[in-house]
Amino acid sequence: MSTTALAPHDTPETAGRHAAGQRVTFPRVVHMEWIKLRSLRSTIYTLAITVALVVGFGLLLSSVVGSGEGPGQDDFGDPTSISLGGVTLAALAISVLGVLMSAGEYATGTIRATLSAVPARLPVLWGKVVVFAAVSFVLMFIAALGAFLAGQSVLSSRDMATAALSDPGVFRALVGAAVYLTGAGLIGLAVGALLRNTAGAITLVVGALFVVPGLIQLLPSSWNDAIGPYLPSNAGNSFMAVQTTGDALSPGAGLAVFAGYIVVLLAGAAVLLKRRDA
Amino acid sequence: MIEVDNLSKRYGDKLAVDALSFTVRSGVVTGFLGPNGAGKSTTMRMIMGLDRPSSGTTRINSRPYEQHKAPLQEIGALLEAKAIHPGRSAYHHLVALAASNGIGKRRVLEVIDMVGLTEVARKRAGGFSLGMGQRLGIASALLGDPQVVMLDEPVNGLDPEGVLWIRNLLKDLADRGRTVFVSSHLMSEMALIAEDLIVIGRGRLLSAGPLADFVAQSSGRSVRVRSPQAAHLRDLLVGDGVSVTSSEPGVLDVQGLDAAEIGERAAASGLVLHELSLQEASLEEAFMELTRDAVEYHATTAEFATTGGTNR
Ligand SMILES: Nc1ncnc2c1ncn2[C@@H]1O[C@H](COP(=O)(O)OP(=O)(O)OP(=O)(O)O)[C@@H](O)[C@H]1O
Ligand SMILES: [Mg+2]
Repeated sequence: MSTTALAPHDTPETAGRHAAGQRVTFPRVVHMEWIKLRSLRSTIYTLAITVALVVGFGLLLSSVVGSGEGPGQDDFGDPTSISLGGVTLAALAISVLGVLMSAGEYATGTIRATLSAVPARLPVLWGKVVVFAAVSFVLMFIAALGAFLAGQSVLSSRDMATAALSDPGVFRALVGAAVYLTGAGLIGLAVGALLRNTAGAITLVVGALFVVPGLIQLLPSSWNDAIGPYLPSNAGNSFMAVQTTGDALSPGAGLAVFAGYIVVLLAGAAVLLKRRDA
Repeated sequence: MIEVDNLSKRYGDKLAVDALSFTVRSGVVTGFLGPNGAGKSTTMRMIMGLDRPSSGTTRINSRPYEQHKAPLQEIGALLEAKAIHPGRSAYHHLVALAASNGIGKRRVLEVIDMVGLTEVARKRAGGFSLGMGQRLGIASALLGDPQVVMLDEPVNGLDPEGVLWIRNLLKDLADRGRTVFVSSHLMSEMALIAEDLIVIGRGRLLSAGPLADFVAQSSGRSVRVRSPQAAHLRDLLVGDGVSVTSSEPGVLDVQGLDAAEIGERAAASGLVLHELSLQEASLEEAFMELTRDAVEYHATTAEFATTGGTNR
């Protein structure tokens, strides 16, 4: 160990004062979050699992649907939806990743190092949002496209109805799937930042995205019809579906509702991040 | 420079820091002392902007920390708790922090080398020992080559070589005009490196100023007298405001009279003196004296002994 790395001749006035170009900018905070994301094996694994779920489950559904072993034999459903059947489950994995990215920093104490480097605090939250959204959207769109193309080729090899990318609503559904998965992750990120507790945040997000929709169906149907379409998962499904069915929201309205959840949760996370002890 | 002004922090109904004001100047090492639970770590977290004060302000180099454009060049801190993901390598942890402030990879490798972690820098930090974690914390404190260095019990877990290195590093930083603020439990450690001293107890300021003054002002000052006629001398000295104790035969510890006065009284009565010396209280004694009433968590050995026999 040595101390030679200190500047050799600084005076009290110049010591440590602003070496050229060294200051905090938003792109630099984004860069920090990007390094943090890719330097953890757990995030890489979770992303890989999410992609595998989207593609793998889509392939599985495409190869079993209509084979007489599953429910709904009369209505094979829309071929695009069949090949995107893995998205619901993948949303579980990616929302956990969102939670890990925020609450995980509190669990490990990394947040104190992070906020010491960026004491303005808010850029850290927005940096995480930008990095997560960009990485997730790109990967999830590729996964959805892969699931669609592979699924359609399986369906066609089984002489079943297929869809083409150029069919109306198909491309929007693929983008919608990537948006939904990214949004589910952002909900996880925001809830993780609000609760600062990994287990609690995962429970809450899984409950809201996967358990509540089932519970709502147990309510009287007038309630169910009134609330159901506005749940985050159902609002998301409405912009992932090629055709709007039943009492689901229109794609535009579904997207607006879904985005509303994310904006409100992130705004809450921002307010508390600014206010609370780290 | 660190300025703390009327700073308070309340956790529930616990007042951890109570109207604390002090200034830490540049160019010297300033020690931050206080018994367990005095509020040292809490104060340091507030200086770093991590804990929000209940009232009062802190400023680093004349500004609230969060207003600085290049925060890591203003202050680098090692705080009490670990601040790294166990799954991430020390290298990536530092590279990420450096990136946020526009600090290059070269500096990251430099600080890793400075703290002696080069060999393990690429390994997962979860496997680090206490001392290695401490060295990593110090590396991240030095990352921005900051004007102010603030360390919460830095020698915690370090081996003797590491302790010596820290001591030299802190002195070196102070000599270069940096502000160095270090908390410690080891008064002996402070005596070796600190020039200024800030002492708190129960969240309140007990003393602030040069370490030498702190020792001199403490009431533990006494004069040690060795004489073959100790008993006679004792009768001569005791009186109003003067107390005399004896730790061994022929030796008196006199409080309340200075050495000259004692020597003159002895000479006037024709008594022989073999030793007449001023005993300065050690930093340790002065510290204990000062914080006696402010110690929150007294050891209870005595109580334990008396109740020990009544086990049912
Ligand atoms: N996050 C917290 N929530 C509640 N109480 C806290 C919190 N942090 C500190 N305290 C309390 O505030 C007081 C001061 O604690 P602090 O850790 O600042 O003391 P310290 O001087 O660093 O002690 P030590 O020498 O043991 O490290 C203690 O009574 C502690 O229990
Ligand atoms: Mg402490």
